[in-house]
Amino acid sequence: MFELEQSICLKTTIRAKLTQTLKPEHLEVINESHMHAVPAGSESHFRVLVVSPQFEGLSLLQRHRLVNETLREELSSCIHALAIQAKTPQQWSSNPSLA
Amino acid sequence: WARLMCSSSAVQKTLEEMVKKDKVVVFMKGTPAQPMCGFSNAVVQILRMHGVDSYAAYNVLDDQDIRQGIKTFSNWPTIPQVFINGDFFGGCDILLQMHQSGDLVEELQKLGIRS
Repeated sequence: MFELEQSICLKTTIRAKLTQTLKPEHLEVINESHMHAVPAGSESHFRVLVVSPQFEGLSLLQRHRLVNETLREELSSCIHALAIQAKTPQQWSSNPSLA
Repeated sequence: WARLMCSSSAVQKTLEEMVKKDKVVVFMKGTPAQPMCGFSNAVVQILRMHGVDSYAAYNVLDDQDIRQGIKTFSNWPTIPQVFINGDFFGGCDILLQMHQSGDLVEELQKLGIRS
C-alpha cells in the first residue's frame, strides 16, 4: 500500500512539473517500471508524451533537453530511465499515437 | 576536494578526446555483444540495422568516473548516449524516433554511411 501511494506521488509530481513548465495541450505520464527487472511497485521507469506549442521550431534534442531540465531533480535521484515523446500540437493532430 | 575537482576536469578532458576520436561513439551499459539494459540494446540494434558497425562503444558500468562524467559532459541525465562527429546526438528515444522518421539515414549519409 505504501509503495502504491509513493508511485502515485512521483507520477503526480512529474505531471505537475511538466504541466507548469511546458503548458502541454496533451500530457501522458506512464509508469513502465513493471516492464523492467525491478521490484513490484517501483517508480524507476517512466514514459512521457508531451504535446506542447513550446516545441515549435525546436529540434528533437532541444525538446528532450527541455523535458529533462524540467525533471532534473527527479532524474538525478529516483528515475532510472525516462522515455520521452515531445510533439508539437500539429504533429500530434496528424498522428495521435504513442509510438 | 581540490583533488576531486582536478580529477573531474581530467575526466571531462578525457571524455572530449573520446567523443572526437571516432565518428560514432556510444556510451552504454554493457557491450554491443552483450548489452546490460534494454535501452542500450535498442541503440545497438538500431545502429546494426543501419549498417553502422565500426563505432566506439564504452561500457559505463566499467568506470564510475565515466558514468557520472559523461552526464555532466553532455548535460544529459541518462545512459545510453550517442555522439556523432564529436557532437552529442541524443539518447535511445531520439535515435529511435529519428530512425522511424527517416532522419537518421540522412544524418549517417553525412558521415558517408549508407543504410
